[in-house]
Formats: sequence, structure tokens, C-alpha cells
Amino acid sequence: MIDAVVIRGLTKRFGTQRVLAGVDLELRAGRLCALLGPNGAGKSTLLGILSTLVRPTAGEVSFRAGDRALGGGGELRRIIGVLAHDSFLYGGLTAVENLLFYARLYEVADAEARAEALLDEVGLEPEARHRPVRTFSRGMVQRVALARALLHDPRVLLLDEPLTGLDRGGAASLVRTLESAVRRGCVVLVVSHDLEALAGVTTHLAILRRGRLQHEGHSAAGFSYQELKELYHRHAD
Amino acid sequence: MKRALYLAAAAACAVGFAGTLYLAFYQAPLDRLLLFNQKIFYYHVANAFMLFAAVITCGVASLLYLRKRQGRHDDLALAAGELSVMFGAIVLISGSIWGKAAWDVWWDWDARLTTSLLLWMTMVGYVLVRKYGGPGSERMAAGLAVFATVNIPLVYFSVRIWRTLHPQTSVVPELEGGMRVAMWSSVALWLIFFLLLLGVRRQAAYAERRLAELRDQALDAGLIE
Amino acid sequence: MRTELGGVVAALGAGGVQRGRVSFLRHVAAMAWKDLRVELRSREILFNMAFFAAMMVVLFSFAFLKEGRDGEVVAVAEIAPGFLWVAVLFSATLGMARAFDREREADTMRGLLLSPAPRTALFLGKAVSLFVLMAMVEAVVVPLVWFFFAAPLFAEPLPMAVLVLLATAGVAVIGSVFAAMLMRTRARDILLPVVLYPILVPLFIAAIKGTSGLLGGQTEQAWFWIRFLLVYDAAFVVAALWTFESLVIE
Repeated sequence: MIDAVVIRGLTKRFGTQRVLAGVDLELRAGRLCALLGPNGAGKSTLLGILSTLVRPTAGEVSFRAGDRALGGGGELRRIIGVLAHDSFLYGGLTAVENLLFYARLYEVADAEARAEALLDEVGLEPEARHRPVRTFSRGMVQRVALARALLHDPRVLLLDEPLTGLDRGGAASLVRTLESAVRRGCVVLVVSHDLEALAGVTTHLAILRRGRLQHEGHSAAGFSYQELKELYHRHAD
Repeated sequence: MKRALYLAAAAACAVGFAGTLYLAFYQAPLDRLLLFNQKIFYYHVANAFMLFAAVITCGVASLLYLRKRQGRHDDLALAAGELSVMFGAIVLISGSIWGKAAWDVWWDWDARLTTSLLLWMTMVGYVLVRKYGGPGSERMAAGLAVFATVNIPLVYFSVRIWRTLHPQTSVVPELEGGMRVAMWSSVALWLIFFLLLLGVRRQAAYAERRLAELRDQALDAGLIE
Repeated sequence: MRTELGGVVAALGAGGVQRGRVSFLRHVAAMAWKDLRVELRSREILFNMAFFAAMMVVLFSFAFLKEGRDGEVVAVAEIAPGFLWVAVLFSATLGMARAFDREREADTMRGLLLSPAPRTALFLGKAVSLFVLMAMVEAVVVPLVWFFFAAPLFAEPLPMAVLVLLATAGVAVIGSVFAAMLMRTRARDILLPVVLYPILVPLFIAAIKGTSGLLGGQTEQAWFWIRFLLVYDAAFVVAALWTFESLVIE
């Protein structure tokens, strides 16, 4: 059980370009944090560092469980689930084959049962499950991608623009999944431009601009759409 | 302090070039077979040593860079890599000229020459990757340099064994005393030259990197836009 | 049928997903199996590689025809090993570039790197799948060379098999490292041969000379080159394992 993800002084430079300039942020379990910001603010890079794929130039990220900080690499990746704009799915394999493959990488026990259960939950029709993913619509791909992200029961969920290309129903469905993850005590971080969908579920708000944290706020009841819009305009435009 | 060292080294090289010319052309005895043509040997061999020194420096610096990701290792690797292309070109051209003079062929698949050619080609690849590799090209080039260094003995032995099936042509003739002095002076000279160029080029690479870092710090402090 | 996502997922989550104990080798196997399933299902790479290699062999035999004793035109048997290995090498280059291209669709490379599977297992899995693809191509090319060049490649099957195995393994491992390295580079298709071939030269020499040795009945020589290939492969597998991880992380 992860209690918090603590980010301190996080800096990242790509060559001569500085993308993150000393970000301090604390993500707590049981909260959905929305990370907003204009393009080029450094949001994807921050997610990249949190998911262990990008090494920071300076600063640190620690995943805390009680007073213990989790070790790096493999141990962390077991508990992190990522849903991005790219689906991470192999077009030539079927939905089930994709999930079974990732189940083997994540060492998920009872893989077939778990895959079927998740596909039920994300609402993929049984007829589609044994068709190659490249024949799927965007909405269907996103459902399987979500199933993939949840396959190994991650405690930390990182989502980078997960709502693009989804219709209203799909977006609502995704948000409900996130809510249940929050209730289960996961740490959830969502990067998105879709303020409408995030309204009501976002209890922690962070606005990034030019690699710096411009604003951070909490709301126990969840930020309303108006509040989000206004804060975004004030700090990110 | 460093500048004084570089100036001293440069002065030593200037003297050295003149000195080795004298030693090579006036002091060293004429080779029995090749006579005057053999003189190119004094530069060819020294440059061959420097080629290998540069490649190994690049390889080790690259490995350190991959492991530790510290910019200064990359600076050194870049400097050594570029220099290896220069020395390699000199080795190949001088070796070719010598080959023409000695055995009347521009190219002979001798083990050492072939190894130098492959090494040179690999290092040209290194420079190309750094130039055209796009983002992350430092890492890619570093990986290539590590592989190139591991490859050196393998290339040498494979070509040598391959070549034993063909008539052998001796590359390094017997060295008489006078010749030995000229040759080792030449090696010493080119070594100082190599270290000088390496130091200066590394410094330039470091300066470029440092400038970028300072620019970022200035951006941070709001001194520039 | 769409059910409420919240409830059942919560139930599954609370029950906890058991973690099986999977060893490193099983990760390698999972990777290789996935690759082969993707490639062989579409058969695109396999057909391209095999056809390309076969075309090269045929073209080469045209390039080097000579008059036989009876005035008939035959291909030169002595240079058959060279053509065999050039054809294998060029078609392998096609394969390795494409193998990593696949990981760029839907950014699956990132998906792989996000998993707890050790990076070296991912890499070895790719190398194994490339090895299998190359072996399939060689199964086509070797008989072709035997046929067109009248070269007795099957005279000594054991050393020939070992030689081919070791040479293929070397190309697969080193090719995978370089293809991974250059995966995101725009000039990838040009740079890959430029950086790869000089490194592969010793392997190339060993493969060709070993094969000629076998053709000429000099089995001792062939075994020498086989031992050389063993050393070469070992050296580069170590180098690859040392550097692979650093090469794919930002």
C-alpha cells in the first residue's frame, strides 16, 4: 500500500532545453490529482519520471509506504500502471493475447481469468476479444488499454491524456474507474485538458507552466468545472 | 595554469616536429630495401599508436558516460572520437603510400592496415551518429564506441589468421639503432600532440556544455528571457 | 454487456492479485514468443527477408558466371560462402530494423519498459526472435546456394550447423543492440548498416572462412573459426548486456 509519492526539486534537462525546473509536489493515496498546464509545460516529462522511464537531471521522487521508501526499478514498476495516449497494444495480436502477454511480464497469476474479468469490466464485447487490436475503433482500443493498465492491480495510476478520442460515455466510464481506484486507496495522477470530465472527481489540483508549479490546491469535495476553468486561466494562460 | 600547460605542449610539439624531421631524414640510416621511401614509417607507426590510443580513450570514456551519465566523460569521448578519425585518416593514407612504394600496391590486406581501416570506418560512423543521430545521439555514439573498442582485438586476430593463408608481407622492418631513436622520438612527439589536441578539444566541448548549463541557470534566476 | 466498472474492479482489487514466480528466462521466452507470433502472423518480415536473400543469391550467381570444363556456364563455387553470408547479412539488416519498428507502433516499447521485466530479458527476447527469423531465412538460402553454386554445403552437417548457429547468434545479438539504439533516429535506415557492419566484420570473416573450409574439406580450419565465433559471441553478448539498459533509458 502506497501512502504517498513525494516529489522534491525535480529538474529535467534534455540537452540544452530545460523542461522541468524544480518541482515540489506530494501525491497522496486516495486522492485524484489533476495535472494541468499548457503544451510544453513539462507534464508528460513529469509523468515520464514518475513512471521510472526518464531519469531526472536533479531532484528526487520517492514512493512511500509508511516510513519506508520503495526501491527503484522493477519493484516500483510492479505497482505503477500507466495509461497514455498511445495504447501500448500490439495491433497484430488480439485483445486477449495482448493482455496475456503483459500478464506474463507483470507476473500476474491466473492470467486468463483476470484478463477476461477486466475485459468484462471495461465493456469489451466477447466477439471482439479474439480479433486483432488493429481492427478496433479508438474507443475499443482505449478500453483494452485501460484493462492493460489495471491488469497487475497497480497502487499508483498515471494517466496522460486518457480522455482524448473518447466519446461522452467512454469518458464517463473511465472517470468511474478512476473514482473506484481512488476509493481503493490508489494514488491517481491525471494529465488532461478535459476539465469538464475531471470536474467533481479532482480533489488535488496542480498547474504546471514552463516547468514550474504555478499553483497547487486541494478541495475535499472536488473542484467544480468553473473553479478548474478559472484557476487554469489565471495560472496557465 | 592549464593554458600555460597547453602553450608549453604546443611549443614542445613545434620543436618536436622540426626535431623528428631532422632525426628521420638526416640521422636515421637509410633502409636497405626501401631507401628513402621507408621514412614515411616514422609518421605512420606513431599515428597508428595514436589511433588506437584515441579509440580506447573514446571507448572507456563512453562506457563511463553510459554508466554515470556525467557530461565530462562525454566531452572526453567526443574529443577522442574526432581525433581518432583524424589519426586514422593519416594512418591509412601514409600506409597506402608506403605500400605503393614498398610492394607496388596501393592497398594490401595486411592485418594491421585492415584493422585500422575498419576501426576508422567505425569511428567515422561514431562522428556521423553524433552529428545526425538526433536527440540522444550521445548515448548511441557511446554505445558504438564501446563496441568498437571491444572489437579491436577480434578484428585484428580474425584478419591476421585470414591473412596467414595468403603470402605475408612484413610491415615493420628490423630496426637498427638510429632508426629506433627516430621512431620512438616520433611516437613521443605524436603522443604529446595527441594529448594536446585531446585536452583542447575536450575543453571546447566542456565549454559548450557549461555555457548551456549557465544559460539555464540564468533563465532560472530571471536574468534572461 | 456493460457493467458498472466501479464495483467489480474494486472487488478484484481488494482480493489482491497473486504474483507468480517467473524467472528471467520466462520473461525472455514471453518476449520472443510475442515477437514471433506478431511477425509470423503477418508473415511480412519473413517473406521480405527470405525473398530478398534469395534474390541476392540469384543475382550474385549471374554476376559471377564462368565457363566450365565442358564449355557450359556455371556459377563459381569457390565464392559461394561469400554470397551466402552477404545475403544472410543484408536480409538480417532488414529484419532487425523492422523488428524494432514494430515497437514504435502504439509505443509498445514504452509499454515494455514500464513493465517490471528486466531490460536485459527484453533485449534477449528480441535477439532470440531475430535469431529464429534469420534461421528460417537461412533454411531457404543455404539450399539455394547449394543448388545454384553446386557447393557441397551439406557434406559436413555438424560443423556447418554449429557454424551457422554461432554466426546467426552473433548477428542477432549485435544487430538487436544497434537496432534498439537507433530506434528513434530519423536516419536509422542509413545509420544502421554504417555502424553495424564494421563491428560485424570479424564475424563475417569467420563465417565465410569457416564455410570455405568446410567446402574445401579442411574441417580443422572450420573448427578454428567456430571457436573464434564462440569467443566473438561471448565478448559481444557481454558488451551488449552491459550497455543495453543505458541505451534505451532517457
